[in-house]
Amino acid sequence: MNFTLKVWRQKNAQSKGEFKTYHVKDISPDMSFLEMFDVLNEELLLKGEDPIAFDHDCREGICGMCSMYINGHPHGPGQTTTCQLHMRMFKDGETIVVEPWRAKPFPVIKDLVVDRSAFDRIIQAGGYISVNTGSAPDANEIPIPKEVAEAAFNAATCIGCGACVAACKNASAMLFVAAKVAHLALLPQGQPERKRRVERMVAQMDAEGFGACTNTGACAAECPKEISLANIALLNREYLAAKLTSEYV
Amino acid sequence: MNWFIKAFTSTIGRKIVVAFTGLFLCLFLVVHLLGNLQLLANDGGKSFNLYAKFMTTSPIIQTISILNFAFILLHIIQSLILTFYNRRARPVRYAIVENKSTWASRNMAFLGTFVLIFLVGHLAGFWWRMKFGEMPIVGIDGVQVKDLYRVVYEAFSNLGIVVFYVISMGFIAFHLSHGFQSAFQTLGIHHVKYTPLIQTVGWLFSIIIPLAYAIIPIVMYLRNVN
Amino acid sequence: MKLDSKVPEGPLAEKWTRHKFNLKLVNPANKRKYEVIVVGTGLAGASAAATLAELGYNVKAFCFQDSPRRAHSIAAQGGINAAKNYQNDGDSVYRLFYDTIKGGDYRAREANVYRLAEVSVNIIDQCVAQGVPFAREYGGLLANRSFGGAQVSRTFYARGQTGQQLLLGAYSAMSRQIAAGKIKMYPRTEMLELVVHDGKARGIITRNLITGKIERHSAHAVLLCTGGYGNVYYLSTNAMGSNATAIWRAHKKGAFFGNPCFTQIHPTCIPVSGDHQSKLTLMSESLRNDGRVWVPKKVGDTRPPHEIPEEERDYFLERKYPSFGNLVPRDVASRNVKYVCDEGRGVGASKMAVYLDFADAIKRDGIDVIRAKYGNLFDIYEKITGEDPYKTPMRIYPAVHYTMGGLWVDYNLMTTIPGLFALGEANFSDHGANRLGASALMQGLADGYFIIPYTLGDYLATIGWNDRISTDHPAFAEAEQEVKDRIGTLLGINGKKTVDQFHKELGKIMWDYCGMSRNAEGLKGAKEKIRQLREEYWQNVRVGGTNEELNITLEKALRVADFLELGELMVDDALHREESCGGHFREEYQTPDGEALRNDEKFAYVAAWEYKGPNQPHQLHKEELIFENVKLTQRSYK
Repeated sequence: MNFTLKVWRQKNAQSKGEFKTYHVKDISPDMSFLEMFDVLNEELLLKGEDPIAFDHDCREGICGMCSMYINGHPHGPGQTTTCQLHMRMFKDGETIVVEPWRAKPFPVIKDLVVDRSAFDRIIQAGGYISVNTGSAPDANEIPIPKEVAEAAFNAATCIGCGACVAACKNASAMLFVAAKVAHLALLPQGQPERKRRVERMVAQMDAEGFGACTNTGACAAECPKEISLANIALLNREYLAAKLTSEYV
Repeated sequence: MNWFIKAFTSTIGRKIVVAFTGLFLCLFLVVHLLGNLQLLANDGGKSFNLYAKFMTTSPIIQTISILNFAFILLHIIQSLILTFYNRRARPVRYAIVENKSTWASRNMAFLGTFVLIFLVGHLAGFWWRMKFGEMPIVGIDGVQVKDLYRVVYEAFSNLGIVVFYVISMGFIAFHLSHGFQSAFQTLGIHHVKYTPLIQTVGWLFSIIIPLAYAIIPIVMYLRNVN
Repeated sequence: MKLDSKVPEGPLAEKWTRHKFNLKLVNPANKRKYEVIVVGTGLAGASAAATLAELGYNVKAFCFQDSPRRAHSIAAQGGINAAKNYQNDGDSVYRLFYDTIKGGDYRAREANVYRLAEVSVNIIDQCVAQGVPFAREYGGLLANRSFGGAQVSRTFYARGQTGQQLLLGAYSAMSRQIAAGKIKMYPRTEMLELVVHDGKARGIITRNLITGKIERHSAHAVLLCTGGYGNVYYLSTNAMGSNATAIWRAHKKGAFFGNPCFTQIHPTCIPVSGDHQSKLTLMSESLRNDGRVWVPKKVGDTRPPHEIPEEERDYFLERKYPSFGNLVPRDVASRNVKYVCDEGRGVGASKMAVYLDFADAIKRDGIDVIRAKYGNLFDIYEKITGEDPYKTPMRIYPAVHYTMGGLWVDYNLMTTIPGLFALGEANFSDHGANRLGASALMQGLADGYFIIPYTLGDYLATIGWNDRISTDHPAFAEAEQEVKDRIGTLLGINGKKTVDQFHKELGKIMWDYCGMSRNAEGLKGAKEKIRQLREEYWQNVRVGGTNEELNITLEKALRVADFLELGELMVDDALHREESCGGHFREEYQTPDGEALRNDEKFAYVAAWEYKGPNQPHQLHKEELIFENVKLTQRSYK
């Protein structure tokens, strides 16, 4: 298969970027999108050009590091991560446009690499259960209904890739924050810090400069881990309840 | 009150205000529609004018009306601020966007702006005139009342105004098609059992209410023509 | 130098308790005077960093990814073992210890393995308290499943994403300490050199991957939690960035390397589809609970799987190992898959694959049950191959997955450089010559949560908080200069071959001669080939750009340079170990029916290799393994 690629090139955070066009030939349909980029980068390197910088690591759809905005979709067509996107999803001869995640809190570092440390800071604001090592009771001491454990698990499968922010027209991080808040709010272990957690995480989310949620549902529709919009409703509920009843003034 | 201000100036807090006021305005739409449907009663405007008099003089209604205006204002201000935030959150746009969301959900600000324009025209034409302007007077059962029916009747004999109203209802319909169910989501109401119901009601609401509103000027215009 | 494992005296079951009592403690008020460097933020690194910070030490944590949450522990699928015996099926600390020792083909230290089994129960408690959503029964209690190499159900799991959930738990604990200011996090930062002065580890030299800035970090102790070196094979289930640089640099500064040739080849991976392949994807071992492995009986049978009748199929694992069946340990399964493929009975276009068939399980339990258990794994498979495993059997083939070898550590997890510790996959301990499924997560967390907090304290209390050098010290300047020179050299070569081309060539040599089965002749040839390749590398590699920018090629080039040296040591180790054990299968040493033939007389030791300088042969040190509690038997799963 042959493709024309229009790829965002940007030397560093300060410089102004632009699209550059590349042609790749003899691409196997079994290649992943990133492997196709590997082929291109090898060619660029041998031609003495700067290879295209992009984030990736596990290449099995779980680390959340890959982050390309392909033909108008985060991670490209099909609800998956870029590393799990295969060239058989594209038509031979197609032009593919590749951009970095676009959001003010995700500044471009180089080419397709963006800085997502805003997500880490949101987790640091309260996305944890404060339990020091060694102080835990027996794991079976508190039974957790299977349904609750599964709902928590479903929320906890978020890989923090940022596709929700990239997909949202408002660059909102609500789905990411909601997934973590829901995961911990559903479990009995998460109860002691429930109110403080949601208040602090939302405050941090706002401070980072993410947009607000307008319930378009684009985030959930693009999320590679299929995190549900129900989590956002839960986040709203948790937040309102916490603000109205917590003792933090 | 520091916590209160913080809560309702956060993105979620602002949304909650928008959702809550939005749902209130949905309720207002229903009540307002019930009153307006009396325009279609074939009694020369008698019941409508009595209703109009009650609505403009009852102290309870006056209070609710102030609340209503306040909510409209809050709805607009919070939405505008959020829209500003949202724009600011993505300074560099994508070259290509393929959406997996409904058109209405992405264009609430645009739809809302149009609804606002309609609202200003609507209020200026009827409400302002009824309250502060010069009105024809009619006697009903020996009582002199302002003849709002006549004003409406005259307005809706103008094809331009009728078309403006019908189009505006279209905008309201789209605004509601997302706004109604979205408000529940924002208020945290999401449940496997009830969310489908809310969505269906939302769809029906966004079709039936604007349609019923749109029927009034059309019927009045047609009656006038005949 | 004599290797001292520092295994405490006393009966096996009491060693750790006694040892903990004998370790020195650091006064709570003094802990804040100590600085500890943790390199790597996977299960071992994140749990160690969080726990040490909770205790009051000042921690600096480093990872090359953009966030500590992305370390490759996240990709572990199947589960984590713990001797909870919640299932009442006869499990115990001793049985987990025994299974692990036996599974490792008796090449691990008894005391370490027992301790691992002992603290395994605390890990589950800790993780549940952190909010890890393990699978549960309807009654609300924890569910378990069985895993290869064990006849009890002791594996705790979170669907097929156990590693992810455990890592996010450790990451969240770490995040809490970052917020509290006790951990200073350095993401997108790679360790490129260890600083040693006066025989002790004093700090590290790092490169900021965005700006290229070379930085110095000093501390009282350095913990390497940098994972395994499976990427020496180019294709493996490791992440693209997983590398050996941190441990290799430490090795060259004096840390002995233990059992480098012990690599685990995981039997159930998605087969290679072409030359473009950049990595291999694992299909969790848990699939072997319900999937049946088979190939056609006939050589060269090209019929599609559903057209091959039952009597013409060879369920070779069930046939050869009736008591463990499809659940034999990984090394045994991988080797048998290789045999049938070598016989020409492999399936698929490449003929280098066997079927993993769920048809019977679906018939027995229904498609919904199978979907609930393995849904996400089936989805991964379908995404990658474009085939639906609910309808047609999966095709699988072994792939490099884990390295049991690593830096040699004593019972305290300290390497032969005082002050330098190695945790998790980065050390050699616990798994012997073969790791059982669901034991890697257990070891990483055991080391980080429950072992290092005690043993590190002992070291720090011994040296005292004054025993530290500043980053202005000549030792730092020297180490920094080494790094800068290495980078300068690589950037200056400007040859004709890319880093990936070299890496692929190295990988092929390693896979062909130091992979699933090895022989003396092949290994000798491989050693020569690696030397030549390394020489060529330093003449002809092409690394564009500069140091002072985000330079993905330079990052790779530094890592591959180290792989090219490590590969040779692996070959040396494989050549010297004239026996077959676990993942190390020497063709010359096998039983008549093709099973691994151990030589306990001569090789019941840990091979710890000492670096002696560039182009000098490594020196072998032996740590004799003494088995007081288990009887060395031929491992049988028949």
